[in-house]
Amino acid sequence: MSVALSSRRRSIHRWRRRADAVGSAVLSVALLVWWLLPIYNMLLIALDPEGETEFKGDLWPSDPTLKAFAGVFFEGYWYLKDFWLQFGNSFFIGAMTMVLTALIGSLGSFALGRMWRGRAGVISTAALLLYTVPVYFLVIPFYLLMHKYGLNDTLWAVIAANVTFAVPYALLILQWYGRLVPLELDDAARIDGATPVQVYMRIYLPLMAPALAVIGILAFLTAWNEYLYQFILLSSPGNKTVAISLATFFDNEYTPWNYPAAASLIYALPPIVLFFAVRRCIAAGLGSRRFRQ
Amino acid sequence: MTATTVLDVGASSPGKRRSLWRYWRGNLKGSEFTWALAFSVPYIAVFLGFVAYPVFYGLWMGSDPALYSDVFSDVIYQDTVINTLVFVVLGVNLKLFLALLLSGVFMRPGWLTKVMLMLFVLPWAVPQLPAFISLHWMLNGEWGLLNNALWILGGIEGPSWLNERWTALGAAIASHLWKWTPFWTVILLAGRMSIPQDIYDAAKVDGATGLNRFLFVTFPLLANLYLVLTLLATIFLLGDFNTVFFVTGGGPNNETHLLATLGIRNAFDLARPDLGVAVVMTALPVLIPLVIILMRKLRTTEVQL
Repeated sequence: MSVALSSRRRSIHRWRRRADAVGSAVLSVALLVWWLLPIYNMLLIALDPEGETEFKGDLWPSDPTLKAFAGVFFEGYWYLKDFWLQFGNSFFIGAMTMVLTALIGSLGSFALGRMWRGRAGVISTAALLLYTVPVYFLVIPFYLLMHKYGLNDTLWAVIAANVTFAVPYALLILQWYGRLVPLELDDAARIDGATPVQVYMRIYLPLMAPALAVIGILAFLTAWNEYLYQFILLSSPGNKTVAISLATFFDNEYTPWNYPAAASLIYALPPIVLFFAVRRCIAAGLGSRRFRQ
Repeated sequence: MTATTVLDVGASSPGKRRSLWRYWRGNLKGSEFTWALAFSVPYIAVFLGFVAYPVFYGLWMGSDPALYSDVFSDVIYQDTVINTLVFVVLGVNLKLFLALLLSGVFMRPGWLTKVMLMLFVLPWAVPQLPAFISLHWMLNGEWGLLNNALWILGGIEGPSWLNERWTALGAAIASHLWKWTPFWTVILLAGRMSIPQDIYDAAKVDGATGLNRFLFVTFPLLANLYLVLTLLATIFLLGDFNTVFFVTGGGPNNETHLLATLGIRNAFDLARPDLGVAVVMTALPVLIPLVIILMRKLRTTEVQL
């Protein structure tokens, strides 16, 4: 009796496992198609010799060519003649946003979380207020103010905008992660005579490294994703970024689309590379389960 | 508790002033306070220079009541308000609900899950602009990938998505989901991962499995985080510009604008910056209560991860 029951239970168990496997396979395929489709569409257009956007039903273009990629690489097409300069500008904006966000965010979260320890009235209220400003609501005043600050048509104006909107999320993540680092560490160091600067440099920064990697990536992605502030704040050709040039490209009805599609794919590479390079840090920084145990 | 309050009220005025001063300094002594302030200076400077000042500048620009009669009488504006409501309500809730479900899927062990997660976060790493332009092409009614694939696979003639107001708005929402669901999934995944395993073990002993486990263990523990994320996502979506601008371009006939894109259109295409600011300002009656709730939530709950 008991043997029969257990074998029946085992078979139910087996069925359930099988259904589970099928279900997750179906879900995986569906997710994969949905998430990769726009990227695939871009690739098809970039590989087409004429830059046709029409989808003809071939899963892979019949005569794929890397002509468009070569055109972007060697700035061969008239529209792309400043591509690497623009890429450099975009990269400068992204890198500076990353560094400044990590710096300002870590200093601020050190003061709020490790020194005031959640007791600072005015400043923590200001910190919370920052979360609550929708990014694109400030474009117009920002544009007019940058003229007053004398920063209009400089890359620094865009960096300032990006940092402003990346810092609140940096603070949020740093505060969450900072709770996992025991305050007793700071206290012990202080009793041994360390100054706040030493605590920040020697204890806080090393222990927060995974979280800093996360906020750095987030800041870089913010900058790389951004279009409107760049479009509005930068005007001279030497200051143009890839995002601006791509958008003007698409405004033009008669361009062969394979060039912008190839440029878009190349533009999409740095964040993806960066993302995969530090994904362990991201897992540790956001997951932090191991840290708890 | 009550006694202290009474004592505080009854204290002489210098004592009261000292306690207020102490509150402001966050109970830090002399040099400690100076250090803490020094660490916050860059942050405070960013706040004052790039948030507080632009906000007040914007308030000042949009302070003329005559502007608002212009805004409210604009037919495009009336459509825009409805679009923004639909976009925010559907966008936020679908996105977070999907993220909540998917974060559960990605909790499963195994290498396949890891690979899937890596592919899944790809849209998050792809810059918005190329992604949305690609989606714009895909959705073209005559030659886009979506309709042509529908025709080839099932002989279905898809609608011309971007030429009708509601399908265009739906396309914008779907594009937003495509781009941003991974981000919120990763955050909710982090939230799920930080729930200690012992709680699940205890629940298992008590017989909670499957749906019950989710309803009575996981969700109550995630509820606070979920609420905070909902508020953040709402604020974030209220100010979304890129999705609509690149996927629908505000068309057809300016029928799919959101407040953010309409503000930019008024300010730069119509060269009326004050009118642009006024459009955006009309979101304040909704935004301010959200901000107050969010600030309370963030301060009091300390987001128990």
